Amino acid sequence: MNRKQFARGLRTGIPISLGYLAVSFTMGITAKNAGLTAFQATLTSLLVNASAGQYAAFTMMAANSGFLELAIMEAVTNARYILMSCALSQKLPSTAKLWQRMTIGFNVNDEIFGMAIAEPDKLNPYYYFGMMAIAMPGWALGTFLGTSVGNILPASAVSALSVGLYGMFLAVIIPASKKSKIILGVVIVSMAASFAMEVIPVFAAIASGTRTILLTVVIASAAAILFPVKEEEKEEAEHGA
Amino acid sequence: MEHNTYIYLAIAVVALTTYLVRVLPLTLIRKEIKNPFIRSFLYYVPYVTLAVMTFPAIIYATDSIWSGIAALVVGVLVAWFSGNLFMVALSACAVVFIVEMLIL
Repeated sequence: MNRKQFARGLRTGIPISLGYLAVSFTMGITAKNAGLTAFQATLTSLLVNASAGQYAAFTMMAANSGFLELAIMEAVTNARYILMSCALSQKLPSTAKLWQRMTIGFNVNDEIFGMAIAEPDKLNPYYYFGMMAIAMPGWALGTFLGTSVGNILPASAVSALSVGLYGMFLAVIIPASKKSKIILGVVIVSMAASFAMEVIPVFAAIASGTRTILLTVVIASAAAILFPVKEEEKEEAEHGA
Repeated sequence: MEHNTYIYLAIAVVALTTYLVRVLPLTLIRKEIKNPFIRSFLYYVPYVTLAVMTFPAIIYATDSIWSGIAALVVGVLVAWFSGNLFMVALSACAVVFIVEMLIL
């Protein structure tokens, strides 16, 4: 059973891994420009597994920032993972073991989280491990290639691959929106607010990771107050997602 | 401090901070949360977060804003009618490739 779940995770992880390969390729180029060797950049990707967080880290390393500053910056750019981890803690069966939780904690990120939360029932840790097992090498390999061989992929291919991850996000939120009018409303409001923050100068100055946290807290709170979830509704929407 | 030493220490700081952010909620929250507000809040979180991260970022991700918009439209349509993860990601990538071949 666990083995089957692991294999299913591997399959779900293939497009994630391919998307990572493309994104981390550009991440590798950033690392190189920041003065990191291919080994250092790949090590960072293996240990951190966070796009915005790593991007911020590389830029700060290039500026020789202090360790405290680095830690604060990481905590802020990655704060959305606190919310995701809270949500995952509820998605895991209460029988999930400590080592399983600690392993999952190594790679909570947008894409794998999206797939995990789309599970109709409780989350099987082995399904998660399967996704990690294929996604993490993709992320590390892309970084390595980006730092070591630079522009090996034609620009048109990099450009095309760069929307793959967003396609996966859409595959989570759109089918759920089709099933529930409330989620549809939440998604539309979220996108509109995100767009507004991008174009209004005062907000545009805020780092995108921070904007994501801000909007998530405000909109999800508002939705929770206006449309508290009843158990039946929740199950229905999740089965659709 | 030697530059390489600085880089390795910096990587350690970044990795540790990121790990703590992720692992603490996962290990500290063991029981099912009963509070209806928090339950509802956590239920909406992924949809808001993913929507916010997708738009408008998707239209700026590619070499041309038009291919980005095309990816968004096609991605939404395929997700609405098929819902298959791989299909959605693949068709979004394919449409970018095609649109850029036509206009760039």
